[in-house]
Amino acid sequence: MTTDDFAQMPDFTVAVPGESRPVASVYCADLLSWAMGRAPADAAWCTVMGNVNAVAVAHLADVAAIVLCEDAVLDEDAREKAAQQGVIIVRTGLPAFAAGVAIAQHAGLL
Amino acid sequence: MPNIHMHYVVPGDDFTRAGEASADLKARLKKLGMPSDAVRKVAIALYEGEINLAIHAGGGEIEVQVFPDKVEMTLTDTGPGIPDIDLAMRAGWSTAPDEVRSLGFGAGMGLPNMKNYADDFEIESEVGVGTRVFMRVNVA
Repeated sequence: MTTDDFAQMPDFTVAVPGESRPVASVYCADLLSWAMGRAPADAAWCTVMGNVNAVAVAHLADVAAIVLCEDAVLDEDAREKAAQQGVIIVRTGLPAFAAGVAIAQHAGLL
Repeated sequence: MPNIHMHYVVPGDDFTRAGEASADLKARLKKLGMPSDAVRKVAIALYEGEINLAIHAGGGEIEVQVFPDKVEMTLTDTGPGIPDIDLAMRAGWSTAPDEVRSLGFGAGMGLPNMKNYADDFEIESEVGVGTRVFMRVNVA
């Protein structure tokens, strides 16, 4: 699976597009330092944190995309920062667990 | 790869700008062709340090030396200092205020993450004087 696939997946909307990347795993967490220390590179990071700091974490931890769950708010400055730094953001109304399962199934990880 | 020196000033209490030094360093190291796993370790360790400077110390300074086989980072501040370093190093221990926690920080993982991602980690602190952290990440 690559990040391009999100555009075709039901329940997911690409909010900030970017260069295609492989999605190798799924990681769910909302505490930023927890995600920073533990999210694997190339993971789809499912979270409700839509602020500029979450974008910084995604960029530096080198995750494949932020998957903003439960229709959580995406701050405007976060959207701008993500576009600048090439961080892909995908939105969904699903909670993190269901979003993670959907991505993992699509990616053949389950 | 040439030896490169960089200096960053981290403002205090500005969480929208925290991460700029780490992002800049990451971009430079990638441009230099450093392996991505080493770049990732540097970026994570330095970002946690930047956040600590912004949250706890009222800002500070970062010196970075890039060598062909390692990256050395020294973070210094003149903040309140850490009374009990062993406690501060414990995963889950946090003194971050509520406003910072509401941004998603304050998990008590900053210093442990820095230690985990650095190949060498040293911290010294004096209450009322400030804190100095040294980190080295080896480039495989």
